[in-house]
Amino acid sequence: MPVINNIQELKKISLEIRKDVVRSLAEAGSGHLGGSLGLTDIFTCLYFNILNHKPDMPNWDYRDRLILSIGHVAPVFYAALAHSGYFNPKELMTLRKLGSRLQGHPGKEHGLPGIELSAGSLGQGLSVAVGLALAGKMDKKSWNVFSIHGDGELQEGAIWEAAMSASHHQLNNLVALIDRNYVQIDGKNSDVMEIEPLKDKFESFGWKVLLCNGHHHKEIIATYKKAIEWKKGPVVIMAKTHMGKGVKSIEDDYHWHGKAPKPEQVDAFIKELEQNQ
Amino acid sequence: MFTLKQLKPTRYGFGEGLKALGEKYPNVVALGADITSSVSVNFFKEAFPNRFFSFGIAEQNIMGAAAGFALGGKIPFATTYAVFSALRATDQVRISICYNNLPVKIGGAHAGISVGPDGATHQALEDIAIMRVLPNMTVLSPCDATQTKLATIASVEQVNGPAYIRFGREAVPDFTTEDFPFEVGKGQLLKEGKDVTIIATGHLVWEALQAAYQLEKQNIDVRVINIHTIKPIDEDIIIKAAKETGLIVTAEEHQIYGGLGSAVAEVLVKENPVKVKMIGMNDQFGESGKPEELMQKYGLTSGHIAEIVIEINKQKRNNERPD
Repeated sequence: MPVINNIQELKKISLEIRKDVVRSLAEAGSGHLGGSLGLTDIFTCLYFNILNHKPDMPNWDYRDRLILSIGHVAPVFYAALAHSGYFNPKELMTLRKLGSRLQGHPGKEHGLPGIELSAGSLGQGLSVAVGLALAGKMDKKSWNVFSIHGDGELQEGAIWEAAMSASHHQLNNLVALIDRNYVQIDGKNSDVMEIEPLKDKFESFGWKVLLCNGHHHKEIIATYKKAIEWKKGPVVIMAKTHMGKGVKSIEDDYHWHGKAPKPEQVDAFIKELEQNQ
Repeated sequence: MFTLKQLKPTRYGFGEGLKALGEKYPNVVALGADITSSVSVNFFKEAFPNRFFSFGIAEQNIMGAAAGFALGGKIPFATTYAVFSALRATDQVRISICYNNLPVKIGGAHAGISVGPDGATHQALEDIAIMRVLPNMTVLSPCDATQTKLATIASVEQVNGPAYIRFGREAVPDFTTEDFPFEVGKGQLLKEGKDVTIIATGHLVWEALQAAYQLEKQNIDVRVINIHTIKPIDEDIIIKAAKETGLIVTAEEHQIYGGLGSAVAEVLVKENPVKVKMIGMNDQFGESGKPEELMQKYGLTSGHIAEIVIEINKQKRNNERPD
């Protein structure tokens, strides 16, 4: 897959992905808009710049492995897969429908190319990423494992079991990213269950912590590159994002965590996306 | 007639099977949960130190990491006490392993009440129920140490997806031989009989056989079937037994709800309903005690099984007698 370094081009792709996230969710009538829009710039950078992958050969042995622990942001994951060439973006409109390959949370058995792991029960993906990274190291594989997590997800104890084991096994082929948007279904993380000090927590668990603005393409790419180059152990990127990014009227509103736009909202949302580009 | 070769813990059979797999398949790896020796993973660990990975006391992470190993082309064995592998980490087993249909092999050690003095917290009596309800999961519950070795090997050679292998801590009669073929999903007719059938699993297969031999003296002709694969269950052998003997007794070191007895009853209500008497833990927790004391107290011995068979057989004869 050719790497796109032109930031304007990446921004355009992000806009198209966001539009499809809005449209597919409106068509589905349910799903998670907030986190999907919040992670769009990160997914764009991953699928069009960072990941070593071949969309026409989804099982290519040398591909980097992306483990999406927060399966509920499937709409942005699917849109990134489609726009990078894994399948026709038209199929995005089948999201969450009976018989669709685009399950509400990623489900491999339905045959969509590009899914490494069926997931969606929070707190499991980092463990899987750890096992996969260990298998890769065992065979001296060149690929890296990239996992994506929510900040609310860090309240799951299993995440910290996995974090402990990643540094114990010195997994320098593992890069986790935390979607740090400070909110979850019930409200602010700090009201629901405080997770700070996150940087200290991960550092004390033996991780290298990198911070970045999760909507700044250049910064996202530079941070990922720095993470890949770090060879002393696992790296976690705290990417500061805004839930609902791009649709100003819903940005940072946690009520939009698990909501889909109504069909009559689509035009207005897309207009906002275009204005906010 | 099966005879006692020796007393041997089934966990040793697991350890030997795992080591044999390690020799044959370079992609077999083992994950440790701190209790490596206790669950016999040390045989593998010592032979293949580079293919053993320590995860400490963190069962949820072990199951998830095992799924990751499988994604990376390995055949991982994740082994700990059955109370933890089946219960602590059930969601990881359900989603990361079973929903992804990955070839993770899960060892459920120290199963049953025969764990003894550790008491209720460590006596896995619900693991069969949990594991057999998960789609894609194969559930193996071999009858002695020799068969546990064969079952462990079969979990890799005969099962493509996830498998759960249940075994115990205590030394129990080892009575089968390695040339006694182990076929996943096939029940084993260990003794012919026409009056009553005892269908047993795990260590209670031996107890069932002893009950059957005792009852020969009382002219009760008892059939004994070993169901070493709880899922997929051998429906044919169960239906045939029901048709030919008319009465079924099930025996297991597990709660009567959800275990072998339930699995057998599910088959029979569809095809050939007959009376099923279930021997197991009667919806209760265990307690501390010597293994043999507990087996006695909770009615899991050959003597108790024989009593149940006599009683149920008497009812059958009374019903058959014309008024």
